Amino acid sequence: MAAYLEQLVNGLVLGSIIGLIALGYTMVYGVIQLINFAHGEVFMVGAYASLACYLWILPPDLAGTWYIALPAMILFGSLVAALLAIAMERFAYRPLRGAPRLAPLITALGVSVFLQEVVRLFFPDAKQAKPYPTPFIEGGITVHLGDGQFTIAYIRILLVVVAIGLAALLQLYISRSRMGRAMRAIANDPDTARLMGINPDRIIVWTFVIGAVLAGVAGVFYGGYQNTINTDMGFQNGIFAFTAAVLGGIGSIRGAVVGAMIIGVVKTIAGQLPFLGGTQYDYVWIFVVLIFMLVFRPQGFFGETERVRA
Amino acid sequence: MSELLEVRGLSVAYGAIEAVRDVSFTVHAGQIVSLIGSNGAGKTTILRTISGLLRPKAGEILFQGTPIHALPAHTVLGMGIAQCPEGRRLFARMTVEENLQLGAYVRRDDGIQADIDKVYDLFPVLGERRHNKAGLFSGGEQQMLAIGRALMCKPRLLMLDEPSMGLSPIMTQRIFDTVAELRDLGTTVLLVEQNALAALALSDQAYVIDLGRTTLHGTGHELLADSRVRAAYLGEEVA
Repeated sequence: MAAYLEQLVNGLVLGSIIGLIALGYTMVYGVIQLINFAHGEVFMVGAYASLACYLWILPPDLAGTWYIALPAMILFGSLVAALLAIAMERFAYRPLRGAPRLAPLITALGVSVFLQEVVRLFFPDAKQAKPYPTPFIEGGITVHLGDGQFTIAYIRILLVVVAIGLAALLQLYISRSRMGRAMRAIANDPDTARLMGINPDRIIVWTFVIGAVLAGVAGVFYGGYQNTINTDMGFQNGIFAFTAAVLGGIGSIRGAVVGAMIIGVVKTIAGQLPFLGGTQYDYVWIFVVLIFMLVFRPQGFFGETERVRA
Repeated sequence: MSELLEVRGLSVAYGAIEAVRDVSFTVHAGQIVSLIGSNGAGKTTILRTISGLLRPKAGEILFQGTPIHALPAHTVLGMGIAQCPEGRRLFARMTVEENLQLGAYVRRDDGIQADIDKVYDLFPVLGERRHNKAGLFSGGEQQMLAIGRALMCKPRLLMLDEPSMGLSPIMTQRIFDTVAELRDLGTTVLLVEQNALAALALSDQAYVIDLGRTTLHGTGHELLADSRVRAAYLGEEVA
């Protein structure tokens, strides 16, 4: 029993990482109806940038102090992710605004491959998985259940709190702030939004930046969670995050988080159940859930209501 | 009387099709100027070009003497030209209040809420239902909201595209009364209408647009009395 509960907790932790990435997919889709398949790579680059910050920027005597190292790595990882997203929007997607929807989609795939290769070729020794430091908060809470027990590391609890907190803030930002209203206006009717004096380019860049910062945060926690990072991490988790966004109803903030939690839990629990094939087949069940969703409720859980697309 | 907007030799094309050909007209400050003409005459195209949503093929548009025809839409609005587009184009899934806040998007002053309340004074039905979604309102109420939204940026020039479209005669009169009231309060109005009778009765100056060209020009009353206008747009037999 304890083993299942432990996997449930692991599922929520994995779901939190996927959820942070999924928010970027869902926001960009909500505003400009683009599936930014390169978004997973923004997450990957954020993780590598935070590793670079740890290895080469933080003074060694500070790198071991979690309350300095962790914020510094998150800040630097998110900053690099945001700059990357700005460049991506400016040079890859903006020239294609108004083009048929397939063009930016294919471009996104191209950007994705490009970024993976750039990191693989230019980050030192990036051809193998890189060990990621875990100088973070030691210890955790030990849960006793029947005759079993397991420990939930504090860093994992922090991750879940941060992920849900950021998603809630984002929801509030979109529904209440002037910028959030402008995002919904662009999503609703771009021409009329321009007649309100809204500059679509600025709003769109800002949407990409918010998604990238969240992906950067996810990158740091993913490193701390897996203890290694590799250049494939963006592709794989990007697909999960995209699936989560679709499951929850693409365009919906709450949907992205709920979808991600479902995916995280399905993966870890399926991995624990031998008759479902164990860890070798855990990915399969994620997509089985997706297929069922697409058959019975293609708009996702929150597909019709409260989305970025007003 | 100062010229607020001057359109000179404007031509606009969609690909090879020229929708507006060599149109010129002037809007003086404090007046209601209307462009009348049948469906497809190019009136909406003219407004969309002034707003910066379309680029002219030839000609120029001057606002207070400054050329604006190469500026992006958000800059044009910032200069004080608001448009209330054809079909109202409200943000249907947002509330009345959010629509009005979006109308004030470019403003950074702290008088926005006071101006929202002024719109509610002008159209009490909006104030009563400020937290309802705009898409749930009737056509006339939506038109009120669309005008209110356009007023929120405190425009020097308010452009109204077919405000009477789809409205009952009573509601049309109500909207046109409001337009006259706005002019009396100092807002200059450029009105585009198919409902020529109501528009001309209200207008200080009017231009007839036919197949993308300006064909007639005069005061509202002159055009109302013109036999060609009466024949073409008011459905009267030529005497």
